[in-house]
Amino acid sequence: MDVLIFLIPIALFLGALGLIAFLWSLKNGQYDDLEGAKWRILDDDDLPEDKR
Amino acid sequence: MTVHQRDWQAFITPGNNGAVHMDLAVDGITCAACMGEIERGLKRLPGIRSARVNLTSQRLAVDWVEDQTGAEEIVGELARLGYAAHPFDPASQKERQDKTGKQLLRCLAVAGFAGMNIMLLSVSVWSGNATDITPETRDFFHWLSALIALPTVAYAGRPFTKSAFGALAAGRLNMDVPIVIGVFLTVALSFVQTLQHQQHAYFESAVMLLFFLLVGRYLDHNMRGRTRSFAENIAALKAEVAARMNSDGSIREVPLSKINTGDLVLVSGGERVPVDGVVETGQSEIDQSLVTGESILVPVRRGQRVYAGTLNGAGALQVRVEAASGTTLLDEVNRLLETASQAKSAYVRIADRAARLYAPLVHGAAALTFLGWLLAGLAWQPALVISISVLIITCPCALGLAVPAVQVVASGQLFRRGILLNSGDAIERLAEIDTILFDKTGTLTRPEPELFETVDPVDETIALAGRLALASRHPLSAALVRATGAIMPLPDIEEIAGSGLETNHEGKKLRLGSPQFCQASRELIDEALERVPGASLLAISYGDEPVRLLTFRQSLRPDAASVIDRLGQEGYTLEIISGDTLPAVEDCAKTLGISAWSAGMKPARKIARLEELQAEGRKVLMVGDGLNDAPALAGAHVSLSPVSAVHLSQAAADAVFLGDRLMPVADALHLSRRARAAIEQNLWISALYNVIAVPIAVAGFVTPLMAAVAMSASSLAVTANALKLKWGETSRSSGTGSAQTPKPSDGR
Repeated sequence: MDVLIFLIPIALFLGALGLIAFLWSLKNGQYDDLEGAKWRILDDDDLPEDKR
Repeated sequence: MTVHQRDWQAFITPGNNGAVHMDLAVDGITCAACMGEIERGLKRLPGIRSARVNLTSQRLAVDWVEDQTGAEEIVGELARLGYAAHPFDPASQKERQDKTGKQLLRCLAVAGFAGMNIMLLSVSVWSGNATDITPETRDFFHWLSALIALPTVAYAGRPFTKSAFGALAAGRLNMDVPIVIGVFLTVALSFVQTLQHQQHAYFESAVMLLFFLLVGRYLDHNMRGRTRSFAENIAALKAEVAARMNSDGSIREVPLSKINTGDLVLVSGGERVPVDGVVETGQSEIDQSLVTGESILVPVRRGQRVYAGTLNGAGALQVRVEAASGTTLLDEVNRLLETASQAKSAYVRIADRAARLYAPLVHGAAALTFLGWLLAGLAWQPALVISISVLIITCPCALGLAVPAVQVVASGQLFRRGILLNSGDAIERLAEIDTILFDKTGTLTRPEPELFETVDPVDETIALAGRLALASRHPLSAALVRATGAIMPLPDIEEIAGSGLETNHEGKKLRLGSPQFCQASRELIDEALERVPGASLLAISYGDEPVRLLTFRQSLRPDAASVIDRLGQEGYTLEIISGDTLPAVEDCAKTLGISAWSAGMKPARKIARLEELQAEGRKVLMVGDGLNDAPALAGAHVSLSPVSAVHLSQAAADAVFLGDRLMPVADALHLSRRARAAIEQNLWISALYNVIAVPIAVAGFVTPLMAAVAMSASSLAVTANALKLKWGETSRSSGTGSAQTPKPSDGR
């Protein structure tokens, strides 16, 4: 069972990584416009000229 | 804070005889009790003339004598009472709301992460306790849990601790106080248990509790934020701008806030007048129905006053913007609005009423448990453990979710049916309604006038008139164009402002305009008004043909009759109070079969009628759109306003409905009653849960596993019950119910 001493901190670390990623995305304003993002994928403005 | 301190003086506006006025946005007003607290607290300061809190907008208006008190002292007093105040500015208020939302989401994320990890450890401990876990491993797991739980509670608990300590410092109790006491005692107890190498620790209960409560908080916040942002969008779409004529002759469209007194504003034909002012040049006709409720066009010319929100006819007007001198209609309406909206704030939300009952009961039970076990001969520490477990198991988790969960689901349902809520507790209040007051113009009827007669498609003259009407932006012309479906304009049209249009067609003179302009006889006009009471008239004269009169009026919303009928059958008392003329209102009331009606009502009389009904103990729903309805909308127990309404009315109403139909009114009432029932069921579920759980806790049998399972189960039960509202509704609309209730047009 001694392996727990390594496994649990690793699990916590990975979990905390997820949390930090979420907090970063929140701070980055990724949740400010939940509606707009789904429409933005339909917007062709970012395509290179020749492909249009 | 220091940045703000410097700015207080800049937000003071001077009033009469030495008094000054300041508007403040106040953070942390959550219930009616806070309101009384603030108002009483401020009135104790010297020199305060009046202090009024608006609960809906979380705004405080203070009037005081500048010599005796300063703005800083007022803000200081608010801080002492436990409230942070910001000088009012709509833009900053919006920003702060977003901040609250983000903070809640961060806390939610932290609590979620911590809850999951602690649960993982706790499940291991629970299963280990049943089998063969070594005390060392258990202690290790407990210490790890403590390591996660302590910072989590400190961080994610902040929304609750801040509110609870603010309340306690001011000597009040609110819903957050029992929550904070419960969570902190749980963590402290678990920590002590861990130190003593005990079998049980309750870290997961504390963190899961925080998580569920934060979910409720966040949902509640989000629901209000969504409707608010939608309402802001509508306001933006309505283009609250005015065309300002600069001194160099250029014309610029600027936002209304940039328009100053004395500016000259151009109002083109067919546009809404953006400001209150006096006509400088030009003449036209004005549709004042939004302001006075009268559906007849009023001619205006130089020197006459026009009001914001009215619809300009054909002619272009140059309007000199006037300061609100205290005598304008808008001022009177605003004054009535202020006083009326205070009356409504007396309503206490169901959740607050439940919390008031709940807190003393639970803390009393915990205290009795402690004393009881002491008397039964137990040592103080195990007795304390048992009494704390009572607090843990009764922590108002389900109670915290009971109301927000239902409100979120119900507001989503209402949104789908084209109803946007302005205030969260509107659902509760809508469910209590027994009397409905309707405005006529723009509410029971459509906002724009329509041709009353059906058009004969082979009638050459009418078709010609329709083509002629294409040249004008007058509302009646627009209605005629719609009715005839004309698309080919006539050439060489001359427009005589305030009178009508004229052209020569195949050598004959064709005129379209006011009856006087087309020389209609008095008898003809009287006859037309007899036929269609309260109608607006448009005359056509074509060559030697006799003058013909077309009658226009605001037609009823397409489903008005059936909705009124349904509401009547459901037992609501219906009444029309309109600012329109007697014949028009009488006709409308007869068509709809409403026996109680009154015409020519001024804003003050509408309020008076409302108060009369409310004094009889009735709960009144006001449905109206005009500026003249705004005070009544604010004063009614609850109010609805169509999306075509003037901005002020929309702001005063508890909810706004979209689309051409009246059905959302009936839907709102129906759904609110269901939501109210669901809220009550949820409160009963919470109560039932406590009735079962508390005796077990008092007896000292609560293990952490039981606490966690019971708490999650009660939260899920409450949420599922709220979702039932949604499922029930979809099966109803796909079943037989849809046959008699026509689906509202896609109002979005």
